[in-house]
Amino acid sequence: MKNNIKRRPKLAVWKFASCDGCQLSLLDCEDELLSVAEEVEIANFPEASRAVARGPYELSLVEGSITTSHDAERIHKVRRASKFLITIGACATAGGIQALRNFKDVNEFTSAVYANPEYIETLNNSTPINNHVRVDFELRGCPINKYHLLEVVNAFLNRRKPNIPSYSVCMECKMRGTTCVMVSKGIPCLGPVTNAGCGAICPSYNRGCYSCFGPSEDPNTRALSEKFKQMGVSSDDLVRMYRSFNTSADVFMKESMIHEQD
Amino acid sequence: MEKPKPKLGDQMVISRSKFGTLFTSLQKAGYSIIGPTVSNEAIVYQELSSCEELPQGWTDRREPGTYRLEKRDDQALFGFNVGPHSPKKYLFPPEHVFWTAQRKESGYEVYEDKSELPRYAFVGLRACEVNAVLLQDKVFTSGEHVDQHYQKLRDASLIVAANCTQADGTCFCVSMGTGPKAEKGFDLALTEVLDGEQHYFVVEVGSKRGAAVLGGVSFRRAKPKELKLAEEACDRAAGQMGRTLETDGLKDILQSNPDSVHWDKVAKRCLSCGNCTMVCPTCFCTTVVDRTDLKGTSCERIRRWDSCFTNEFSYINGGSVRQSTKSRYRQWMMHKLANWIDQFGTMGCVGCGRCITWCPVGIDITQEAAAIREREGDQASIGKVKEDEHAVT
Ligand code: SF4
Ligand code: SF4
Ligand code: SF4
Repeated sequence: MKNNIKRRPKLAVWKFASCDGCQLSLLDCEDELLSVAEEVEIANFPEASRAVARGPYELSLVEGSITTSHDAERIHKVRRASKFLITIGACATAGGIQALRNFKDVNEFTSAVYANPEYIETLNNSTPINNHVRVDFELRGCPINKYHLLEVVNAFLNRRKPNIPSYSVCMECKMRGTTCVMVSKGIPCLGPVTNAGCGAICPSYNRGCYSCFGPSEDPNTRALSEKFKQMGVSSDDLVRMYRSFNTSADVFMKESMIHEQD
Repeated sequence: MEKPKPKLGDQMVISRSKFGTLFTSLQKAGYSIIGPTVSNEAIVYQELSSCEELPQGWTDRREPGTYRLEKRDDQALFGFNVGPHSPKKYLFPPEHVFWTAQRKESGYEVYEDKSELPRYAFVGLRACEVNAVLLQDKVFTSGEHVDQHYQKLRDASLIVAANCTQADGTCFCVSMGTGPKAEKGFDLALTEVLDGEQHYFVVEVGSKRGAAVLGGVSFRRAKPKELKLAEEACDRAAGQMGRTLETDGLKDILQSNPDSVHWDKVAKRCLSCGNCTMVCPTCFCTTVVDRTDLKGTSCERIRRWDSCFTNEFSYINGGSVRQSTKSRYRQWMMHKLANWIDQFGTMGCVGCGRCITWCPVGIDITQEAAAIREREGDQASIGKVKEDEHAVT
């Protein structure tokens, strides 16, 4: 049985380069949020409160990618202060949409966007957290699925492995009874190489999967791209398909580069 | 004229205009009717309230990796083959809660869902699908450990088969001896006939339950010409099989060629997405997961469809046994076409063609099996690829 006198473990949420959508999933848990707050002490959660309790933290949830030298240092501090570090979302696990800069000269962007680009201090690349520090678990998605987040916190509290699928979106698509858009309508779909987690939303609205959840456990992007080509997808479009929210996920990056040379 | 009392093996005729009485008779008997209907450019299984929801005037065209719905130039109700769904959607649902539990002062209390299960009447099952149900019966209800949930659903269900009067690009039931005419496992079996202005169904009685349902239907005795036309329609389908699977000696060939280079060839194309196993009407693998709340006070135990194409599927202490796509595809086909025979006395394939149609890259079980057969004994092809089976590729 749980002992109420026992100190609640400290949970901290950290933000790096990101849109905040993933940490908002935690606020989005509404009904369950109260039980989360009863089970853990929320020590740092920028979207909910400005109060920050001192570390060390039993569980750190890290959102966002590393895009500045300041952040590249800060993530080490977070790691040192955290017993478990879990990255949440496409930015933290695969560089996010901002990793599109990795293929271009970042100075060109800053001078085009900002009136005074000299004030902008940024790295050339947007990189996932695991390029910088050891990560205990990666939760994928743009944004993450809030039930997955609860499951990860739950598994952490109960000292067990999180029940998070690593198979393809197709499995979820079929289990919900959706008719495959690739086969029945000839719409290119990234579902076969994408990690499950969203519940196969897009195919159920007659759209191909955009791969918000990034590569699945065994993504055969080579074979899928071959099929897309037969369906008439151009090399330029192939490059774009693999470069979105999970741009710097290794397999997708390599696959996109192959089609850049086509 | 007094209505004849239908008996086992009798063949009657229901005219198209009276076909609705079959639905009302099933509804009166308390069945919830599951049947084919057009939804989002495919013919899927759904609960139906009237025969007007059947895919009247529609047909499907299936090729490897392709499915398209097309208009027919007649008003046939069953003028198509099979869609992405199969009866397993209802008899063996994708997710099933075994029980829930609540933490008590000491220990747990376990609750089982005791609510009444639906009584399904499946209308329009194809011969291959009826045979798939019979195979799943074997898996779930023969032997020592009977799946109670499946058994209850199955005992309460009724099957009105619809014999195929056409076949398409991925059908091969003739090779598997499972169609196009249902020979067993049905309560009633329909053969749809369109003969000029005439549109009717020859119905065969397969069980007492079927005969009872027919009691509430408007029918008449079949004339010899009508029986002949129905038979010809099924023969026509048999001649239209898009594919064949040479089953002679296949079990030995597969089992003695685990190292054929052909497995590597398939693995290059296979996405390991699992679609083939999800759509297969006989695939029965599941995983069991526990869902708990944050406080650890309540829990549900769920059974969910699983697939031999996932990493987790063969996970044992220390890692997954089948890490390569090659080993997974081989496992799938070897089980379907060979090891099933050792396990259940028959192949696990009914030739419905779903795995071929719904594979996003159109991998074709009949072609892959033929390729392994062709390379049989081709020593040069064996052992050349002695890569570590367990290496992540
Ligand atoms: S629609 Fe996409 S996700 Fe769904 S089964 Fe087809 S390929 Fe897979
Ligand atoms: S293996 Fe393929 S053709 Fe055979 S029953 Fe399964 S889905 Fe149908
Ligand atoms: S055979 Fe086709 S459907 Fe099956 S796992 Fe491979 S790519 Fe997916």
